[in-house]
Amino acid sequence: MNLTTRRWIPHTIAVVGLLVLLYPLAWLLATSLKPADEVVTSLDLWPSHLEWSNYTTALDGVSGVPVTRLLRNTVLIAGGAVVGNVLSCSLAAYAFARLRFRMSKVMFAFMVATLMLPHHVVLIPQYIIFNRLGMVDTYWPLILPKFLATEAFFVFLIVQFMRGLPRELEESARIDGCGAFRTYWSVTLPLSRPALITTAIFTFIWTWNDFFTQMIYLFAPEKFTITLALRSFVDQSSTSAYGPMFAMSVISVLPIVLFFFVFQRYLVQGMATSGLKG
Amino acid sequence: MSTVSTRAPARADRPAQSRPPAKRRRPRRREQQWPAYVFLTPWMLGAAVLTLVPMAVSLYLSFTDYNLFDPPQWVGLRNYQEMLTEDPRFWRSVGTTLLYVVVAVPLKLLLALGAAMLLKNLGRGRAFYRSAFYAPSLLGASMTIALVWRALFNDGGSVVDILGSVGIDTGGWVGNPDLAIYVIVLLTVWQFGAPMVIFLAGLQQISPELYEAAALDGAGRWRQFVSVTVPMLSPVVFFNLVLEMIQSFQVFTPAFAVSGGEGGPADSTMFYTLYLYERGFTASHMGYAAAMAWLLLIAIGIITLILFRTSRSWVFYADEEGR
Repeated sequence: MNLTTRRWIPHTIAVVGLLVLLYPLAWLLATSLKPADEVVTSLDLWPSHLEWSNYTTALDGVSGVPVTRLLRNTVLIAGGAVVGNVLSCSLAAYAFARLRFRMSKVMFAFMVATLMLPHHVVLIPQYIIFNRLGMVDTYWPLILPKFLATEAFFVFLIVQFMRGLPRELEESARIDGCGAFRTYWSVTLPLSRPALITTAIFTFIWTWNDFFTQMIYLFAPEKFTITLALRSFVDQSSTSAYGPMFAMSVISVLPIVLFFFVFQRYLVQGMATSGLKG
Repeated sequence: MSTVSTRAPARADRPAQSRPPAKRRRPRRREQQWPAYVFLTPWMLGAAVLTLVPMAVSLYLSFTDYNLFDPPQWVGLRNYQEMLTEDPRFWRSVGTTLLYVVVAVPLKLLLALGAAMLLKNLGRGRAFYRSAFYAPSLLGASMTIALVWRALFNDGGSVVDILGSVGIDTGGWVGNPDLAIYVIVLLTVWQFGAPMVIFLAGLQQISPELYEAAALDGAGRWRQFVSVTVPMLSPVVFFNLVLEMIQSFQVFTPAFAVSGGEGGPADSTMFYTLYLYERGFTASHMGYAAAMAWLLLIAIGIITLILFRTSRSWVFYADEEGR
C-alpha cells in the first residue's frame, strides 16, 4: 500500500499539472470550432456543434490577403533564417572550437557577451541602416542578419557541441591532406548534425513566433507574416469574431506544434545541453 | 562538503578540454591563421556592422533629438534628464517591469525546479512528461497564445468564470489595472518547461553516490535536498536565473497583445520595451528610445554583475574542488 501510493502520487501530480498546462491549448482548439453565440455564453469546452465555417472565414485572411499568402511569406522568412543561421553560425563555431588565431579569446568573450545584449540597444541604428539601404518593408532585415551569425546563442550552442567531438577524426583528415574547409565540411559538419538540427528547429520556431521585428520592418499587408496578421485582432475588443480569430490562430501555431511533435527529442536535448556542457 | 569560493569564471570561458601540449608548437603559424578568419568573416561582419557600430550609434543618438527624417540634434543629457526627472510614464514602466521580473522569474524557476524534481523520480513516462511540459515554452512566445491569454482572463473569460464558480470573484483581469500585469506573469510562468529541462539535465548529472553517502550519514530526504541537490545544482540555478532575468526584462509580445498595443489599462502593462517602442516608433522620439535602450543595457549589466559577484558565495562548481 505504502509503496503503491508513493508511486502514484507523483504520477497524479504530473497528470494534474499536465491538464492545467494544456487547458489553454484545448480551449484554443475548442473556441476555434465554436459557433459565435456559444463563445461567451457557454462554459463548456466542447462546442454543441463544430463550426467549420470559422476556418473558411479565417482562410480569407486579413485586409484581403489570404492566409495561404501569409503562410508562404512566413515560410520564406523562416526558411531563409534557418539556412542563414545554420551556415553562418556553424562557420563561426568551427573557428572558435577548432582553429587557433590571434584575439580568439577576446572575440569569443565578445560573442558570449552579446548573449546578454538587449536587442533594443542595436535596434534603432539597425533600423536606420536598413532604412538607408531601402530595405524597410522587404524581408532583407529579417533574413540578412541571420547570414551574419548575429544570434550568438546558436554559435555558442554549436561551439559547445563541437568541443565535445573527438579530435581524432579531424586530425586524421588533416593528415590525409584535407584543408580546414574540407575538414569542416566533410568531417565536422556531419558529426555536428544534432547541434545543427537543434539550431535549425529553434531558428524556425523563433522566427515564426517573432512579432517585434516583423512589426517594425513590414508594412504592406501582402508582405505580412501570419503572426503580423494576427495583430489586427489585438486592437479590436469585440468578441463577435472570436471563432474566426482563433481559427486563424490555430492555423498560425500549427507549424510549431507539428515541428514540436516531430523534433521534440532534439529540441529538449538541445535545450538541456546548451546550458550545461563545457 | 563545503562550498568552494574560488573565483568562478563564466562557464563559457572554460575550454572543454585542454589542448595536447604537442599542438603548442608553432610551425606554419601564418598558414594556420588565415582559414580561421575566413570562417569568421560572416560573424565578424555581423558583429561589426550589426552590433558594434549600432551600439556606438545608439549611444550617440541617446544624446540627440532624432525623428528619423531630420538630422539628429545634439541635446546632451537632456533625454536622460527628462527620463529620470520629468517622465512619470518612464518610471511607471520601470516599476511595472521590475515587479514583473521580481514576481515572474522566481515563480517560474521554483515551478521548474519542482517539476524537475518530480520528473526525476518518475520512472515510466518521464520522457513524455518532459516533452509535454516543455511544449508551452515554444508556443508561449507566439502572438496566438498571448491572444488566448487575453481572452481567458478577459471579462467573461474562462479563467475568470472558473475562479468565480469556486467563489473567487475577481472580475476581468485584463481591464483591471491591479490584475492585468498578472495575466502576463502567469503566461511567463506557464513556460517553465525550458528551465525545467535544464534543471533536469543538471539533476541527472549529480552522482547517485553522493545521495548514498548522505543517506549512510543518516540524512533524510529534506536534508539530502539541502546538502546535496541544492549545492550540486547551484551552477544550473545560476545559469537559469541569469538567462530568465535577461529575457524577462525584454518581454514584449504578451504585453502588446494583452494591452491592445497600448500598455493599458492605466499604463499597468506598459512594460519597459513597450514604452521604448512607443517612444521610438510611434512618437518618433528615436533619441529618447535610444537613451532608454542604453539604460536597459546598463541595468541588465549591473544586475548581471551583481549576480556574478554574489554567485561566488553560493554557486558551487564541483570540478573546481582542490584547484
